[in-house]
Amino acid sequence: MSESTSTREATEAPRLVGQPIPRVEDDRLLRGQGRFVDDVTLPDALHIAFLRSPHAHARIRSLDTSAAESAPGVVAVYDGRSLLGVVEPLVNIEEVRVPPGLIEGVAPIVKIQPMPPLAHDEVNYVGQPMVMVVAESRYLAEDAVEEILVDYEPLPVVTDPERALDPDSPLALLEADDNVGLQAHISTGDMEAAIAGAHVVLEETFASQRYVPSPMETRGVVASIDPFSARLQMWSNTQTPHRVRDHVAHALGISTDDVTVTTPDVGGGFGQKGILIVEEILVPFAARDLGRTVRWQADRTENLVADTHAREQIHHLTIAADADGRLLGVRDRCITNMGCRNVVGLVVAYNALVHLTGPYRVPALDLELVGSLTNTMFTAPYRGAGRPEAAFAMERAMDRLAVRLGKDPAEVRRINLLTEEDMPYFSGLLDRRGLPQEIDTGDYVKMLDMVEEMIDFPTFREEQARLRGSGVHRGVGLGMYIEMSGLGPFESARATVLPSGTVRVSTGSPSQGQGHATSFVQVAADALDVPMDDIELVGGDTYNLQYGVGTIASRAMVTAGNAIDMACRELHTQIERAAAGLHGVAPEDVALQAGKVVVAGAASMTLAELVRALTRSPSDDPSAGLSAHAYFRPPNYATSSGLHAAVVEVDTATGATSILDYVVVHEAGNIVNPTIADGQILGGAVQGIGGALLEHLQYDANGQPTTATYMDYLMPTVETVPEIRLGEVFYPTPTNRLGVKGLGEGGAVGPQAAIANAVEDALRPHGVVVRSTPVNPDHIRRLLRESAAATTSGGE
Amino acid sequence: MTIKKAAAPRSPVTPRLVEPTAWRHVDLEVNGSTVSTEVESRLLLSDFLRERLALTGTHVGCEQGACGACTVLLDGRAVRSCLTLAAACTGREVRTIEGLAEDSLHPVQQAFHDHHGLQCGFCTPGFVMSITELHEREEPVSEDELMDQLCGNICRCTGYRGIERAARQSVRVATEGGADDE
Repeated sequence: MSESTSTREATEAPRLVGQPIPRVEDDRLLRGQGRFVDDVTLPDALHIAFLRSPHAHARIRSLDTSAAESAPGVVAVYDGRSLLGVVEPLVNIEEVRVPPGLIEGVAPIVKIQPMPPLAHDEVNYVGQPMVMVVAESRYLAEDAVEEILVDYEPLPVVTDPERALDPDSPLALLEADDNVGLQAHISTGDMEAAIAGAHVVLEETFASQRYVPSPMETRGVVASIDPFSARLQMWSNTQTPHRVRDHVAHALGISTDDVTVTTPDVGGGFGQKGILIVEEILVPFAARDLGRTVRWQADRTENLVADTHAREQIHHLTIAADADGRLLGVRDRCITNMGCRNVVGLVVAYNALVHLTGPYRVPALDLELVGSLTNTMFTAPYRGAGRPEAAFAMERAMDRLAVRLGKDPAEVRRINLLTEEDMPYFSGLLDRRGLPQEIDTGDYVKMLDMVEEMIDFPTFREEQARLRGSGVHRGVGLGMYIEMSGLGPFESARATVLPSGTVRVSTGSPSQGQGHATSFVQVAADALDVPMDDIELVGGDTYNLQYGVGTIASRAMVTAGNAIDMACRELHTQIERAAAGLHGVAPEDVALQAGKVVVAGAASMTLAELVRALTRSPSDDPSAGLSAHAYFRPPNYATSSGLHAAVVEVDTATGATSILDYVVVHEAGNIVNPTIADGQILGGAVQGIGGALLEHLQYDANGQPTTATYMDYLMPTVETVPEIRLGEVFYPTPTNRLGVKGLGEGGAVGPQAAIANAVEDALRPHGVVVRSTPVNPDHIRRLLRESAAATTSGGE
Repeated sequence: MTIKKAAAPRSPVTPRLVEPTAWRHVDLEVNGSTVSTEVESRLLLSDFLRERLALTGTHVGCEQGACGACTVLLDGRAVRSCLTLAAACTGREVRTIEGLAEDSLHPVQQAFHDHHGLQCGFCTPGFVMSITELHEREEPVSEDELMDQLCGNICRCTGYRGIERAARQSVRVATEGGADDE
C-alpha cells in the first residue's frame, strides 16, 4: 500500500537505511545502565531547592532568609537582589529572533520581557523562582526553603488570554506597557471578495486547552568546575546543548570557550527541554560562585507548575465556501496565551497560522495573531508547536462546513486537498524564515484514499445508523495536517577514524529517546560502507563539536542525518585517497568496503591498520587526517503530513468516550528505520490522544494551578490507548540527498481534531458542537445538558 | 541580604550530614547482597538506592507515587520506592533493575527489546519491575490484574502498544473464565 519514488541513483542502493534495525540503545537502558543527568555522581555535590512564588501576581515587600542561611547543611542562599548585575536576565535569543524577511514582509510586533534569574520585586506567576538555597542534600535544602519569610503585596491577576486584551484588564506584568506580547497579520488573495462570492460563510470559535509536554524525566542540570582547567562543565538534559552553552556564557559573563555542555541519556523532551529556563543559568552560576559541584533536578510539581506549558490557543474562524464546499477564503483571529512573559517570540503563534489551512488549496487567507500576557506559566513549543491547535480549529471547521452543506466530511475535504499536481505549492504566505511558503512534495488525496481503504466508511455509516436506534452513539472523525519539518539554519557533523579503527560520528543533535545511536548510525554506515558496530555516535556535546543547533522542530533526521551523510561520504573518500597514497596506486584502485580497505594487488587493511600505517609514513597529503566535517543547511522545509481517523463510542449517560478504532496514515519521505519511525508516530499520537481526552493544565481565577500532581493532571495510561493502525505513503523530498522529512511531531498533531470530530459525529442526533478540548466526560455531559436545554426552550 | 559562602575548606572526609531526623540502623538484602548501614528516618528507599548504593537504574519520576518509574520489588512485591522509607526495609529483600539480567537479558527485559517497548528508557526499569512481579507469579494472572499493574506506570514516549505486547509475552495471562490453571 505505498507509493514510492526514489531520488537515489540505482548504483547507490542503500543497505541499512530503510531497514528496521533493532535499537542498539536498548540493552544498556534495559539493564538499568542508562546514565541520565541525575545519575551523574561527583563527590561532595551540593543540591539546590528553590523558593517559588505562591502568588500569581504580587510585589515582594520584604524577604528574610536569615533563618534559612543558618539552617543545617546550608552552604549558600541567593535571592533576586543578590543577583542583580551578577547574572543577566534570560532571553531565549534564538527563539525570539525575527528573520529579516518577516520584519520586512509582516512587520510583526514582538515584545520581549527578559526573565530575571530570581524575582526581586515583582512575581507574576505561581512557581516563579525567588530564592535559591544550596545545601548538602536536597532534603536539607528543602528544609531551609521552609524557613524563608516573605511579605507579599498581592496584585490583581488576569489568567484569561482574551480578558487580558481588554483595555481595563489588570497588567499581567507591571513593567510591560500592556498585555500584548505579539501581534501580526498575514494575508493573501482577497478575503472580502471571497466572502461576497460565497455560498456559505461559517463563523466559529475553536480553542485548545493548556497542556504540557511532561517528559518522564524532569529537567535537570549538574554543573562542576574542572579542577585542572577551571572551566565550567555542565551535564544538562537539554535538547539544544549549544544554545545552553551560549546562554550560560552570556548570562555569567564568561567566554563560550570556557563552557562545555554534555547531554547524557535524556528521558524525553518533546520541546520542553528545547527552551532555556532560568534554573539552567542559576545552577552553573552557583557552581562557579561556590567552586563546588552543584545539582538540581526538578521534582514533578516543579515540572508541572514551573516548566514550560503549551497549546492554549483560541481561533476565531470565518470560512467562505461555495455550494460544493470548495474553500474560497479563510479568516482567523488567533489568540495565544503566552503566560507571564513572551519567551519564544513568534514561534508557536506564527507556526499555527502558516499551518492552519496546510493541506488545502485556499485562494484567500486573512490571518491575524495576538499573543497575550497573563499571570500563568509561560507557554512554549510542545511537539507540534502550534500545529495541533491549528489543525484542531481548521479540521473542526471542515466538519462544521460539511454539516452546513449536508455533505460528507471526507468529500468536502477531498475537493480541497492538494495533490501531487499542485506541488510544489505556494500558499502565498511567508514561512517562519520569512521566505515564500512552499510545500515541496505530497499528495493528500492519496492519504484520504488510503484511510478510506482502512476504514470502510459506508459500512460504518450503516452500522452507526442501526446502533443509534438502540441508543449506542458511535462516530468517526478525520484530522488532517501538514508539518513543515527540518528547521534550519544548519546542523553539523564530524566523522573521524579513531586510533582503534572505530569511526566516531559527532553531531549537534542529541537524542531524548529517538534512537539516534541506531538511526543516525545506519545513515553513517551506508555513507561510509563500514559496519554499524564499528561506528560510535556522540550526540549533542559542545566539546566534541563546537557548532550545533539541536533536536527540536522535527529537524534531527533532516538536518543532522544529512550532515552525517555528507561528513561520512567525505570521510569515505579521504580513506580511499589516503590508502591509495600509502600504496602508491590510483584512488580508483582502492575501495573501502564493509569496513575494510581493499587495495588492488595487496592484502586488505582494517581501518586501525590504515591509521597506524598513516601515522608512521611520511606523507605530503595534508588531508590524510581521516576526519571530515560537514554542515547541512536545508534549502527549504521538507513538508511531511498525516491524516488521522478515529472511531469512537460515547456513553451519553457518563460522558465517557472510548476509542474503537484509530488509523494514522503518514508521509515523511524516505524512512531510515521503520521500527523507530512507527514508534515516533505512535508515541506522538498517544500524546495527542491525551490532549484530546484527558490532559488539562488548569488555573483557578486567582491564578493558582489546580493540577500540580499526576493525581490531578491526567496522563494517558495503557488503558487509554487503542490499537493504532498505521499506513504510509512516500514522497521523498528533493530538498536533501537522503530524501527524508521530519516526523517527530506529526503524530501529536492529528488526534485532537480526529477525536473531537468523531465525538461530535457520534452525538449528531443531539446537535452538539465541540468547540474545545479535552472532550472529557464533564465536557460531554455539559454539551448534552446544554443541547437538551436548548431543545426544551425551543432553540436550535 | 548577605550571601553566605562555603568559607572553610572542605574536610578530607565528608562528614555525616547534619540531619534533623533520627538515624536508624538497617540490615537488608539488595540484589542478593547484604547491606548494613545507618539511614536518616526520612530517607526514601529510592534515594537510598540511588544516592547511597549508586543503583541509579531506579528512576524517580514524580515522588508522588503516581508514575511508577521508581518501582522495585520488596520481598517480591512491586512497590513505589519513592513512597517507601529506607528505614522500613530492615530485614527485607529489595530487587532493582540491576539485579535482573545476568549475561543475557532477563525474559521481561528481552520482551521489551523484542517489541520496541522503550524509547528514552526512563520509565522502563519501573515497568520491567512491575511486570517482573507478575512474570514470577506461579499462578496465571487475570486480564484485569495485568491491566491494573500496567496502568500503575506512565510512559510518555512509546504509546504503550509495545509495552503491552512485551507484558503479554512475559506474563502468563489466564484465559477467559480462569480455567487456565486446570
